[in-house]
Amino acid sequence: MEKVLEVRNLSVQFYKGGKGIQALRNVSITLKRNEVLGIVGESGCGKSTLALSVLKLIPEREGKILSGEILFRREDLLRLSDEKLLQIRGDRISIIFQDPFTSLNPVFRIGNQIAESLALHRKDNLSTSETEKEIIELLELVKMPKPRDTMWSYPHQLSGGMQQRVMIAIALSSHPEILIADEPTTALDVTIQKEILDLLTELQKKLGLSVVLITHDFGIVSQICQRVSVMYAGSILEEAWTSEIFHNPLHPYTKGLLGSLPSRKEAPSYFQGEKRRLKAIPGQVPDPSNLPSGCKFHPRCPIVIEDCKLEEPMLREIIKNHWVRCIRAG
Amino acid sequence: MLADGVMLNIKNLKKYFPVERGVFRRVVDYIRAVDDVSFEIKKGEVFALVGESGCGKTTTAKLIMRLLQPTDGKIFFYGKDISLLRRRELARKIQIIFQDPFASLNPRLTIGTIVGEAIKYRLETTGERTETKKIREETKELLSRVGLPVNILNEYPHQFSGGQRQRIGIARALAMQPELIVADEPVSSLDISVQAQILNLLLDLRDSLGLSYLLIAHDLNVVRFLSDRVAVMYQGRIVEKGSVKKIYDEPQHPYTKKLLEAIPTSEPAAIE
Amino acid sequence: MWKIIWRRFVKNKLAMLGALIILSLAVVAVIAPLIVPFDPNQQDILHRLEPPSGRHPLGTDDLGRDLLSRIIYGTRVSLLVGFVAVGIAIIIGSVIGLLSGYFGGWLDALTMRFVDIMLCFPTFFLILMVIAFLEPNIWNVMAVIGLTGWPGLTRLVRGECLSVREREFIQAAKALGLSNMRVMFVHLLPNVMAPVLVTATLGIGGAILTESALSFLGLGVQPPTPSWGNILTAGKDYITVAWWLSLYPGLAILITVLAYNLLGEGLRDVLDPRMMVE
Repeated sequence: MEKVLEVRNLSVQFYKGGKGIQALRNVSITLKRNEVLGIVGESGCGKSTLALSVLKLIPEREGKILSGEILFRREDLLRLSDEKLLQIRGDRISIIFQDPFTSLNPVFRIGNQIAESLALHRKDNLSTSETEKEIIELLELVKMPKPRDTMWSYPHQLSGGMQQRVMIAIALSSHPEILIADEPTTALDVTIQKEILDLLTELQKKLGLSVVLITHDFGIVSQICQRVSVMYAGSILEEAWTSEIFHNPLHPYTKGLLGSLPSRKEAPSYFQGEKRRLKAIPGQVPDPSNLPSGCKFHPRCPIVIEDCKLEEPMLREIIKNHWVRCIRAG
Repeated sequence: MLADGVMLNIKNLKKYFPVERGVFRRVVDYIRAVDDVSFEIKKGEVFALVGESGCGKTTTAKLIMRLLQPTDGKIFFYGKDISLLRRRELARKIQIIFQDPFASLNPRLTIGTIVGEAIKYRLETTGERTETKKIREETKELLSRVGLPVNILNEYPHQFSGGQRQRIGIARALAMQPELIVADEPVSSLDISVQAQILNLLLDLRDSLGLSYLLIAHDLNVVRFLSDRVAVMYQGRIVEKGSVKKIYDEPQHPYTKKLLEAIPTSEPAAIE
Repeated sequence: MWKIIWRRFVKNKLAMLGALIILSLAVVAVIAPLIVPFDPNQQDILHRLEPPSGRHPLGTDDLGRDLLSRIIYGTRVSLLVGFVAVGIAIIIGSVIGLLSGYFGGWLDALTMRFVDIMLCFPTFFLILMVIAFLEPNIWNVMAVIGLTGWPGLTRLVRGECLSVREREFIQAAKALGLSNMRVMFVHLLPNVMAPVLVTATLGIGGAILTESALSFLGLGVQPPTPSWGNILTAGKDYITVAWWLSLYPGLAILITVLAYNLLGEGLRDVLDPRMMVE
């Protein structure tokens, strides 16, 4: 399958309180056509930074892209002029965020907000009635109830799930090739989450989208992602097909994370009186301004050895299509 | 009236919030946040209230803590109506830990003061002497019991991570030596790896201190792991109630089924 | 925690400038008797209305009194009025605002209506009216400025209370069973004081201006006690022949109020709730 987006050795630095913090360190990901790639990690791992960096959405006074390439259609997005980048941003590559309420402008009706996107990105100049038709079609596409009515609503009149559908509609208005979704369902109730995830899966198949889904929830990943990258402290620790990662995790961090999940496998609540505990990873995520030496996970690793503290390991392909950043894997 | 081992008895609890309109604040309608809710919590068990946002579970927790007054209904603790108890007495029976570790600690106070104040207050209400040294000792003991280092008495909340702040909140709750702890979404704001640590801690404390929990949560996996019995809430009412096994394996009410179906599975389908 | 505040404060050049000026003025006010070249009340009719010279660096007034000495003593009046008046306003305003914001209900409604009514009056004219009935002296001036200033602060404190009281650490304090008094003053108060400090600092500048205006009109500090305002009263009559009588007290007022404004603005930046996130 062809690669539709390739991030190579991306390093991004933030400024916080005068200090430089490496938010991303040599991160590489590959997105193939029609694929849903999951980027999973806990807070501070850099997954949102990665999403924003692809479209150079990090303000200059906050952070800087130190090195790396982001290849889309054989062009390096980082070397493009602002003008050309604008043609891609929101147009060929769209992004939706976690909290739809803050992403939508509260003083404009949602129909207008979708229209704004259409006006910006569609090359053919649409008349008012054509625009209206497009808006309704888009709202129907995202399964918005009563599109003809809701297009005149203001964001605060809609529920969280409906607002997220509007976001998706805006993102899809330009018929993009790639959709980046940064924690799209975290702020939603679980039943609405399911609807939105089902919607995303359906749209992806229908429109031939390639999706990068960023989340901290393994459940979501297992439901809709084909491939997964696990991030920690600014770099990727493991990458493989979804079922491979779930059935055969190789990095101690991934194993630890999966063991921390109180889901079906570990639910011995049926066994009354038994001492049930999760296999928790001790310690906490390191402070980005004060990362440990060598492998960033070593202070919390159950199988750490002296060599782990010396040098950060390389990403190695232990099994076909299964990459791990650990000297003790395999 | 008092069945064996029943610690907390909620009977027909109602909380309606008036909706006011106009300059003179006429009441035109009511928001039925909690609408005739009844359940029991036995000593030593973990009882969960689950539901999505707006179902009334947090309001119920606040009513039990008497942070809100019920519109109707009664709450009994070992047979005693809690509205007749003084605030101090209630505080020694039921305590609460909150969802947001960032907002649940006073940013202007040191850790020592946050936990120490609770200890001091407890000593005052039981008529014991409040020596500074004694309070410090007990503070350190509580901190280590929740898995924190003991030399943090002079630090401020913002210096700690979410998981650590949550532990401080738990230490504060334990300082009152309660029998029941209301845990309002105790792990929702935490990273997965920290979540597991706190869940383990809650179970450890239950075993070592003989605590009971009222767990308020929306994450059904956490509920299944932690709880013995569950009540499902929807729009202010309990739609189904029972043991964890019964609710998760044989759900009866359509809303319960819908909730369970919505949980993303942790078993991915086929290999691509 | 306070270290962070201090560090941010020191970085803000303008705030530091303001603080420095105020500090200097405070020192001057305290050691005034030690540094004045002349007794501010010593008249010397032979040398009246003399322009600035080596002997009288700022000149003399219409009764031959040394202007520099009078301005130095005027500093005491201004600073005293500033602190006391605003102090009164802070204490009354904070307590009422806290009670109102914490308990809500009818107490809150009643208080806010009262505050609304008080804020309808143009403050200065209200002060004028009251002083006209009372005897004009520095104590009455301070009291009146303070008593007309508290409603604004009450609104501010109450507003902050409304947002902070819903935060979970307040709920936790209540859950611990702590008395309302303790929750209000130990937990709530430190978290609502930030905007109050800012407004109060800016308010000191305003209080000084008000006192100067009152004294200028003859309704404030009475001569012979020097106040920058009442020096200006004399100045206005002789403005064509003795410009120094108007310029220097005017400058003193300007610099002082400016300093307080800089400090206040600086505090606003430094005490920003952003800090909480760190």
